[in-house]
Amino acid sequence: MTPLMALLVGVLYAAGIYMLLRRSIVKLILGLVLLSHAAHLLIFTAGGLEWRRAPFIPPGAERLTGVVADPLPQALIMTAIVISFGVTAFALVLVYRAHQAASTDDWDEMRSSEP
Amino acid sequence: MLFLVASGFLLAPLAPVLHRRWPRRAGWLLSLLPFSLSAWLFLHARHLEEGARRWVYPWIPSLDVALSFRLDGLSFLFSLLIAIVGGFVVLYASGYLEGHEHLGRIYAWLLTFMASMLGLVLADNLIALFVFWELTSLSSYLLIGFYHEREAARAAALQALLVTGLGGLALLAGFVLMGRIGSSFELSALEPQAAALTSHPLYAAVLLLVLAGAFTKSAQFPFHFWLPDAMEAPAPVSAYLHAAAMVKAGVYLVARLTPTLGGTPLFLSLVAGTGALTMILGAWLAYRQAYLKRILAYSTVSALGALMLLLGLGTPAAVKAAIAVFFAHVLYKGALFLAAGNVEHGAGTGELRLLGGLARAMPLTAFAALAAAASMAGLPPSFGFIAKESLLAGALEVPPEAPWAAWIAVAASALLIAVSLLVSWRVFAGEAGKAAAGAHEASPAMLVGPVALGTSGFLLGLSPGLERLLEPAASVVTGAPVPMDLALWHGWNLPLALSGASLAAGLLLYAGRKQALAALGALDWGRFGPAVWYRATLKATLKLADVQTRLLQSGYLRGYLTIVVATVVGLLFFGGLRRAGWQLSAPAEDPGAVETLVVLVVLASVAAAVVSSSRLGAIAALGAAGYGIALIFLLAGAPDLAITQFVVESLVVVLFVFAFYRLPRFARLSSPASRLRDVAFAGAVGVLMSLLTLAAAGSSLHEPISNYFGEWAYLKAHGRNVVNVILVDFRALDTLGEITVIGIAALGVYALLGLRRTGGGA
Repeated sequence: MTPLMALLVGVLYAAGIYMLLRRSIVKLILGLVLLSHAAHLLIFTAGGLEWRRAPFIPPGAERLTGVVADPLPQALIMTAIVISFGVTAFALVLVYRAHQAASTDDWDEMRSSEP
Repeated sequence: MLFLVASGFLLAPLAPVLHRRWPRRAGWLLSLLPFSLSAWLFLHARHLEEGARRWVYPWIPSLDVALSFRLDGLSFLFSLLIAIVGGFVVLYASGYLEGHEHLGRIYAWLLTFMASMLGLVLADNLIALFVFWELTSLSSYLLIGFYHEREAARAAALQALLVTGLGGLALLAGFVLMGRIGSSFELSALEPQAAALTSHPLYAAVLLLVLAGAFTKSAQFPFHFWLPDAMEAPAPVSAYLHAAAMVKAGVYLVARLTPTLGGTPLFLSLVAGTGALTMILGAWLAYRQAYLKRILAYSTVSALGALMLLLGLGTPAAVKAAIAVFFAHVLYKGALFLAAGNVEHGAGTGELRLLGGLARAMPLTAFAALAAAASMAGLPPSFGFIAKESLLAGALEVPPEAPWAAWIAVAASALLIAVSLLVSWRVFAGEAGKAAAGAHEASPAMLVGPVALGTSGFLLGLSPGLERLLEPAASVVTGAPVPMDLALWHGWNLPLALSGASLAAGLLLYAGRKQALAALGALDWGRFGPAVWYRATLKATLKLADVQTRLLQSGYLRGYLTIVVATVVGLLFFGGLRRAGWQLSAPAEDPGAVETLVVLVVLASVAAAVVSSSRLGAIAALGAAGYGIALIFLLAGAPDLAITQFVVESLVVVLFVFAFYRLPRFARLSSPASRLRDVAFAGAVGVLMSLLTLAAAGSSLHEPISNYFGEWAYLKAHGRNVVNVILVDFRALDTLGEITVIGIAALGVYALLGLRRTGGGA
């Protein structure tokens, strides 16, 4: 399974970066979303894929035993998902306002603040 | 002891407040601190014979860094003079800058500087010493640039900071090497290891680095150029930094490290050679100058060279002489700088051509300056006479490696005698210069310092018991008791004869200055001097910054992104390859049919989102990919993630549908060539990231931390869902941070949307 996931991570990174590099301001946001998916899955896969068993302590037991999924990457990704949602929402509004202010949909034309 | 060092730092922020409250008294009040510190030190003098006293305050014990202070003969002498001169200088500043709007500020900086300087000479820990060393550089930057509205002052301050700052970096490297070799940063622990240090293969590197720090700070050739330029500072600052304190830091360091690093041929040739060169060059340049303060600055360079020469020679006689010259120089040069300040203040100029006959208008200043100049020239019965005799005696008693020392000492003394006439007789006696007409005497606050320093330098030659102050300092440097015999009369001997010869030569040089300068004036060495190298280096650095900024900061968003991504990914792989090589032996578990199908669906959705030319299509494809990823989480034993991902994905889709309605349509703006280039770049990054994923999944560097969480989630936190327990219990603060981020993002969104309502934007 890991090779398949690695392929998915690579494709997500490639797609995300490709979208970030577009000149159309809207595509940048799609790129951001893809890139955060890629990062989540990278952490998830790097933590090892122990399929199917969630890290719950069964009733009656006192500690986690047996082969279960690693809880730590999950906690990290949980945080990351929520934060990337915040970033996406913010970027969306920022791009919207930038579009309004600069009345263009092309990053290359938004260079007035640069030398 | 900590209070002694810290009190200046503590008082400094209050100084502007005091100044605002009592503008006329603040200087007198503030000078009480340095004077009481010197009184404390003075009372401590009788303990000196019992040997060094140490105070240790832990700072970073794990790195062997402590705020440890050592009071022995050497640090006693230096800190005593720093405190005394500091007091006079604060007082003097209150008169010199009276009515200046930033007078309170200069009090604060002077006190900060004094405290840093005290810390520097008292520190026993190399790292602490370095920190104080840099603090003196920083506060001197502020002091030299006090007249910050002047371009020249800003440039001089920057130059002093850059030169001494670079030296400071070298010094830090030298200290770290010393600490590694001797496995301690405590000077008192390193001293017994001197033999191991000087025979270590890295000894030459250590010495060069440390000396680079000392030479830049003490304005030794070829770094001497910053000192005269720093004369842009107000006179009290020049007197303090450039006569008494900061430039002596390098001398102090060399003296302090002589028992640890000294006594080798390399030490002798480097320190004595540089010192001799600086001594004669400084004296000659001082002789040539046309402005009072610049003359004094170059003569200081020369005196610093003399100190280095003597410390480099390192014989007991030379060390004795170094301590005596240091003591004499602080007194007479401090007085002369302050007197020069009075001249500039009272006569309105420091240009030698316009000065003359000021004694009538400024009798007390003239008295102080003449007394100090007599000490500088080495006339009996001043202390300078004793210092010069011992200087000549020290230079005569040379090791065979340095036969030139005595010649250079005599020549430089002759020049300095001419210089001392120039700054005293020429200015105050003789016929009145153009500037004498409107000249007036300075205020009491500005007279206390020069008169006290000048007369004490003159009269101390007669006072018995001075050996008790100076002997312990010399003993610390040589490492053995050095009896000092500071008498005016040693009988008819060679030093006395040389002293007389230099006096005669000096008088001749003074009388024939015009002719001498006319004969040699055509030689303009300044064009090749180190000041020119400095400016060229500075210019080249700025040019480089300009070029690389233009190169890297194109103004195109994708340009920035490409650079950032390429750098991160490149470093990642370079580092990964070097560290571990690549082990791509991931656990090859066959994927089930369901999992494969889900991954394929996600892949297809991603592809669709990228190529779609309709906004709605792209959003739908993106949503499908997100839900697919949620399914992967679910299948892989992460139901919490799956739920969160479902919720967030739904929200994102809703958000997009709302927002995209207002956003422009997708446009195809790039040319096919640039699309191809981006595909190649993104593809390369993707391949590398795939490899990284495989490598990371296949390697285990450490026992998983999760074992701890699995062990204790129920027993300690009473939760059965380990992921949730981590989030809300073990790492609850991280979750709080996450909530804060969301809150900030929400505020940002709200603020951006609100712009329209207030009529801005659009």
